[in-house]
Order: sequence, then structure tokens, then C-alpha cells
Amino acid sequence: MRTSSLLVYLIALPLFSSALLLLLGRIADKWGHILATLITASTFVIGAYEFMKMQGQAGESRAVTQKLFEWISVGSLKVNASLLLDQLSICFVLLITGVVTLIHIYSIAYMSHDKDRRRFFAFLNLFIADMLLLVLGDSYLNLYIGWEGVGLASYLLIGFWNHNPTYAVASKKAFVANRVGDVGLSLAIMICFAQFGTVSFEGVKAGAHGASSAALAGIGAMLLLAACGKSAQFPLQSWLGDAMAGPTPVSALIHAATMVTAGVYLISRSNFIFDASSTARLLVVIVGAITLLFGAIIGTAKDDIKKALAASTMSQIGYMILATGLGPIGYAFAILHLLTHGFFKAGMFLGAGSVMHGMDDEVNMRKYGGLAKLMPITAVTFGLGYLAILGVPPFAGFYSKDKIIEVAFNAGGIKGILLGGAALLGAAITAFYMTRVMVMTFIGAKRWKAESHPHESPILMTLPMILLAFGSVASGFLLSKGSALVHWLEPVVNSQNVEEGKPLMPALTVSLLALGVVVIGAAFAIIKYRTVSDVAPEKVSEFTIAARKDLYQDILNDRLLVAPGTLLTAGLVRADDRVIDGGVRFVGSFLGATSDALRKVQNGFVRSYALLMLAGLVITVIAVWVIGA
Amino acid sequence: MFNQSLALGQTATPEAVQFWILAPIAVIAALGMLFMKKAVHSALLLAWVMVTLAIFYIAQDALFLGIVQIVVYTGAVMMLFLFILMLVGVDASESLVENIKGQRGASILAGLGLGGLLLSLVARASVNQPAAGLKLVNQTGNVQSLAGQLFTQYVWAFEVVSALLITAALGAMVLAHSPKPAVRNKQRDLSIARFRGKSLADAAGLPGSGVFARHNAVDVPALLPDGTPAPTSISATLKARGDVISPAPFALEHSEEVEE
Amino acid sequence: MDISNYLYLSVILFTIGATGVLVRRNAIVIFMCIELMLNAANLALVTFSRVAGNLEGQVASFFTMVVAACEVVVGLAIIVTIYRSRRSASVDDASLLKS
Repeated sequence: MRTSSLLVYLIALPLFSSALLLLLGRIADKWGHILATLITASTFVIGAYEFMKMQGQAGESRAVTQKLFEWISVGSLKVNASLLLDQLSICFVLLITGVVTLIHIYSIAYMSHDKDRRRFFAFLNLFIADMLLLVLGDSYLNLYIGWEGVGLASYLLIGFWNHNPTYAVASKKAFVANRVGDVGLSLAIMICFAQFGTVSFEGVKAGAHGASSAALAGIGAMLLLAACGKSAQFPLQSWLGDAMAGPTPVSALIHAATMVTAGVYLISRSNFIFDASSTARLLVVIVGAITLLFGAIIGTAKDDIKKALAASTMSQIGYMILATGLGPIGYAFAILHLLTHGFFKAGMFLGAGSVMHGMDDEVNMRKYGGLAKLMPITAVTFGLGYLAILGVPPFAGFYSKDKIIEVAFNAGGIKGILLGGAALLGAAITAFYMTRVMVMTFIGAKRWKAESHPHESPILMTLPMILLAFGSVASGFLLSKGSALVHWLEPVVNSQNVEEGKPLMPALTVSLLALGVVVIGAAFAIIKYRTVSDVAPEKVSEFTIAARKDLYQDILNDRLLVAPGTLLTAGLVRADDRVIDGGVRFVGSFLGATSDALRKVQNGFVRSYALLMLAGLVITVIAVWVIGA
Repeated sequence: MFNQSLALGQTATPEAVQFWILAPIAVIAALGMLFMKKAVHSALLLAWVMVTLAIFYIAQDALFLGIVQIVVYTGAVMMLFLFILMLVGVDASESLVENIKGQRGASILAGLGLGGLLLSLVARASVNQPAAGLKLVNQTGNVQSLAGQLFTQYVWAFEVVSALLITAALGAMVLAHSPKPAVRNKQRDLSIARFRGKSLADAAGLPGSGVFARHNAVDVPALLPDGTPAPTSISATLKARGDVISPAPFALEHSEEVEE
Repeated sequence: MDISNYLYLSVILFTIGATGVLVRRNAIVIFMCIELMLNAANLALVTFSRVAGNLEGQVASFFTMVVAACEVVVGLAIIVTIYRSRRSASVDDASLLKS
């Protein structure tokens, strides 16, 4: 295993800059954002350098480690603080550092009017450091540190404008939902330690062959729970829509390209667990399938452009999770889709931010309309992302999404048909609502008020969008050429030894089918939204009402979890007051009452004292007699 | 029961008769002492109980103790009780209404408990050997044997007890002594009283006894200017005893010639 | 006759004396009940002396009598003193320890 001394800088530099910006306070206001951007650019350079060095190695020896220090050495648990950069991690590192640098540049202009811009960049850098620690950690425990860190950073960033109570509540909701997932990760680590005696990836990989199926299923289920929390999958997906309360760069970074993909990373990294346990794999595909449909359905009814894009993220990650459950070959396609999705979704979010910037922070799409003429660059980059997400060839999404649908169909039997059908349906609905977004925002008659004067965004905002649009266009083709990514990831996910079963239908059929449903969905949307009213219609079907309410997920959470929890705490508070405090109070009053009663014995009369003496004597003698007998 | 009396105890029948007559009376007397309203009645009943006990002591060959019981206990101690009762109030009768709640019932309960306890203890602790009797010990007479014990083996206790007696007597004296308010007339008080009297006749004091320059005995009254003896110059005691001598022989013959 | 009968009598007299101390209010009568208890003890001692065949019991009884006499003397003197200052011989009047 090669070692490198550069890996630590990937984490240390952003962490240092974040601390610096937070500690220096107002002094750093003038130059803080520049420093932050430069630091993140330097991490991208380090990542690219490491990538170059990796390319020069053979497949098995591409991984690089760096041991920082011995961290935990307690009994039989030994964990080192070490970093591991292998083929899987480098994909994430490049995606993270690349996209985040673009978003930093974008934020310089987007947040230029905000007096807390420096703090924003500090939190962004903190996020970068933690996300990189997540993907570079070489054991579950190291990953966990990064996991928690990104949860914290997302809380800070979602609630950045926390003077608004709604936003503060949204960040809290995100944190709590993440926490539920974190419980799953903790339990998985505990089970790993109990089963294998180690929590490093290598150790668990080595032990996974001999472990009992119950343990493997347990670890797999817990890891899936963690992934659900972080990646906003069913049933922990309710926080993603509300998390749009944060500034748009945050949504682009965290909730499109990076943090929500941490779940996919976790499952891919733990491929040895999931490959060994078919129960866990089944759970994964079920969760993925449910979520991709769930997100798509919700997305059709959202009038808030960011919430629509959030629902879309939820759905696309559902695709990725579905792919990871489909066997060794699925991991590579999940990562492929993750990378392409990172480009086009981030691009679309930045485009949405640009639209909001031009429309005075209006988010309701019903107040948009016909913006293509006034914001051409935004419209074009957004449009390229739109085509990518639809899966129109030759854009990025075509390569990744179609592959996932194909692998789903090839999963075999009824399962394959169901999963493939769900994926196709998801693609159709995706086409529908994304077209809806496009049409409502950029095309058609203008519905905005006279006061707003939409204008194109400054160069610092449009440049990242253009660069990401390049990614939306080309990344799919480049990564799939010659199955480049699949081969690249083979040593990590062991996909080279899997023999391909007979595919259900040829790849071309799948692609045509997918394209067909996409065209149908898009056409449906264009027809329906030729004219759009500028207030949301009241008389809508039950389905629409349900979709507007996130398919009642929030109400369900409230009734199932929050209400019993509140009852429990109220009951505990009452019990504490009545039983415990009451017991203490009772002791006091009891003592007082008995003292009062006993005080009356001292009546001052000699004869009663004499009586007590005699009675005591009699009792003592009886006691001695009985005990002695 | 008859077998028992032959096996243990071995006391003769007269003693049994005596016991069974006197003991119930003693118990009744004791109970009566408890219930009498007047304290004097209680004292007398107690005296009876003590006499009964003295009879029992004598019956059990404790002659000295029996006599001492009568002389000291009944004679001295109970009489002392009666004297004090007389001081405190012979007629004082106590009301039998109990004013401490529950005291009477609890006391009777405690008493019965104590009694039952002790009775059962005594019943369980059987006197295993036959009563040895004091015939052997009293060979030289009960008093002599007792004295022999007292002054040899228990002489130290004897001395201590005697010291106790002295102390007790002293203590009683100190406690019972009631300091009288003594009005001791001093010389000054007497002088003031003389001058504040009804007449100033005796202000300068009583005339001294005896005839001036001829016979100044105590039993001869002084002569007043007209030649009559002064009655106040003689102590009243002597007058009452009739030891007063007439002053005539000691009077001056030529009283007129002296006057010229 | 069973010699234990004397012991039973002693116990009964003792119990009567003990109950009397608790029940009567006049200080002098209480004192008399105490004397009764002492006498009952003396009877038991004399009986045991007879049983054992030596004079130890009688010596103890003798000393008990002497001490009882001293006690009576001092006790009655105290009662008289208290009576002089309080004009009452009831023990219930001395209830200053009442809480």
C-alpha cells in the first residue's frame, strides 16, 4: 500500500481556514471569502495531483494511505486515525473539491449583500473538511467523525439565516432526522466490533466471509438506516424539502452534489457486507425504489423551484441507492450516476439561485414565466442540466440512468421486472415535473410583477454554471467510454468476477423504452402547462393535494413519532414531579408528622415516663427471653 | 400436688396453712393500698403487708430479719410515713379520676405484662434441689451466724452502709430544716425601742439591784427615794422563786441627819 | 408446700407495687408502693437463702432494708420540701418537662 503525506492537507487546509475565519471575526470580512475559495481550489489541486499519480499505477496498487496517529487503543479495540484514498474515494474527492470550488466562486457574488458572508464561507470550509474526512477515513469510526461533522455543518448552513424561525426549525429538523440515521451507523459500528473485533474497512472486509448471516443483515440494515438519514431516503426523507431554507449555494453543494451522496458512498464502501447478505440488499432496493417514486411524485406538485429540485434530488438518489442494491456491477453505475447527477443537479440549483437572484429572491415558480429571454445564460445552463436529468442522449444522465434501469431489469425474475418498471415510471414522472419546472420558469408568458426586473447574474455566478453545464453535457460520455468508470472501480467493488446473466432485454431496447417514457412525460407536461395560473389552483385532485403535502410524511412523522415522544416526556416530567419529588417531599412531611405525633409523648408527667420505662423493661425481657430460647 | 410437696419444698403442713391464710390477705391488702382514696389508709394497709412479711421471714428461719422488719420497717419507716402524711395533710384525699389519657389502661396492661412475665419466668426456673433449710446454718443461732457473716465477709459493705446512714440523716436534717425568720434585737434596736416606748420612765434603763454602798446583791431590791423598795430592780425569776431579801436591814439609820 | 409459692407471692406483690407507682398521683403513696416493691424483693431473697442453705440471701436482704430506710428518709425529706414550696403533693404538678 503506497503512502502519501498529502492526504492530510485535504482535510487540514479547509479546517484551518474555517477556524481562522471564525476566530478572526470581522477582521477577516474583507478577504475571508477569497481565502476560503483559494483553499478549496488548492484541495482540488491536491486531489487532481493524487489522481494523476494514481493513473500511473496498476489497478491493485492505486490505493494510497496515510496514517496520522494512533487514536484509540482500548482493550481489543485499536483504531488509528488514518486516511485511505482509493479509486472510490478519489471520485468523491474530485467531485467534492471541484464542485465546491465552483460554488465558492458562485457564493462570492451570491452572498455579496450578506454581512455574514465570511461566516458562510467558514461553514462551507468546515463542511468540506468534514466531507473529505468522511470519504477519506479508512475505518467506520473515522468515517463516523466526518459523518457527524457534515451533519453539523449542514445544520449550521441550513440555519444560516436563523433569525427567521422557520429556517431555524428547518435546520433543527434536518439535524434530528440525520441523528436518527446516525444511530444506525453507531449500531452498525458496534455490531462490527462485536462480530469482527475491528472497525476498519479492511478488517470488516476480511471478516465478512465468515460472519453469520444475521450479523451481516443487521450491519447492512443499520448502514442502510444511516444512509437513509444522510441521503434523505424513505423513511427519513422529510428534512430535505425544508432544508431548502438555506442559501441556494448550500442547497447546491450539500443537497445536490455532496452530503446527500454520503449514503451512497457508505453503501458502496461497505459492498462486502451487502454482497454477502441478500436480506440487506433486498432492503436497499426496496428503499431505493420507494424513494425514487416518492420524490418524483412530490416533485410534481411543488411550486417552489428549490423544493421541486430537492424532490428531484431525493428521487435521483433513490436511483443510486437502487443501483447499489443490484449487486457488484450496480455500485459502479450508482457512482456514475452520482457523478453525473452532481454536475447537472448542482448546475440546476445554481441556475435556480441565479433566477432567484434576478427575481428578488422570489421562489414561487408561478411568479416566473418567460425568463429565457432575459436570463439567457441561466436558461441555457439550466436547460442543459434539464436535458441531462431527463436522460436524453448524448447528455450525461442518459448514460448513467439508462444503465441503472438496465441493471434493474436484469436483476432477474419478478424482482427485476418490478424494479425496472419502477425505474421507468420514475423516469417518466421525472420528465414530467422537470419539464414543468422548465416551462413554468423560462418559457411561456411572463407572470411576474412589474416591479421585478429580471436580469442576468454577474460573471462570478454564471461562470460556475457554465462550467457545470460542461459537466452535464460531457461527463456521462467521458466516464462511460470504454466502461472507464466500471473498470476504474473494479478493485474496490469486486465487480470483475461477476458473470453476467442473460439480460432480460437488450440494452438498446431499454434505452428506447426509457427515451419513450421520457418523451411522453415531457409532452404531457408541455401540454398541461401551456398556460399557468399565477396562484396555485384550489380544486385539484386528491393526488395533488397529497403530493403538495409531501405525501403526508410530515403528518405521519408527527403522529407516529413526535406526539408519542411529547407524551412520553410530559409523562416523565409528571412522574419526576409526583413520584420522585413527591417521594422526597413525602419523606419530609412524613418525618414532620411523625415528629409531631411523637412529641406528644413528652407530656411532662412523671407517671407516663415511668409507664414507658416499665413497658420498655417488659418488652426487653420478653425479647431477650424469646431470642435466647 | 401432694407428691410435689413431698418431693420439693419439704415444708411442713402448718407452714402451708399459715401461708395460705396470710398470703391472700397480704395480696388483698396490697391491692387495697392501691385503691384507697385516703393516703393514711394506704399507709396502714402497707404496714399490715409488712407485718405479714415479717411473719413469713420468721417462718423461714430468718429470725433476725423478721424482728428487724417489724422494728425498723413497720415501726420506724411506716411511722415516718405517717408523720409526713400528717405534715402534708391527713385529710387530703386524692380523686381517683385519671387525668392522663390512657395511662390507667396502659399501666394495668404493663403491670399484667410484667406480672405474667415474671410468673412464667419463676415457673420455668424450677427450684431444682430440695430446700436445704437453715437448720445447719442456724446451729449457733441466727443472730450469731448472721453477725458472723456481716462482720467478716461483708464488713466492707457494712461500713459503707453505715456511712450511707449518716449521710442520709444529715441530708434529712438539711432538707427538713426550715429556716425561721429570726428577729434578733440588737443593742441599737433595744435602745430605740426604749425611747419610743409609752413612757420615758425606763428610757435610761431599769434601776440596778442592791442597796447603794451597803449591799449590792442581786436579790436585794434597790430603795426608791421614799424608802420603798423598787420592784423593777429585781429579776422576775427571783421574785417568782421568792428569793428576794428585804432591804430594811441595809437601810441608813440616820437618814434625816444626813439630809441636814 | 412448694417453696416457690413464696416466690409467686413476691412476684405478685412486686407487680402490684409497680402498677401502683404508675397509677397513683400522691407522691407519698407512690413512695409507699416503691417500699412494697422492695419488700417483695426481700421476701424473694430470704426464700432463696432458705433454698440455698446459707445466709447470703439474708445478708442481702439486711442491706436492702438499711438502704431502703435511708432512701425513705431522704425521699420523704424531699417530698416535704417540695410540699412546702408548692403546697401540693401531687406528682402531676411537676410537668415542666412538657414539650
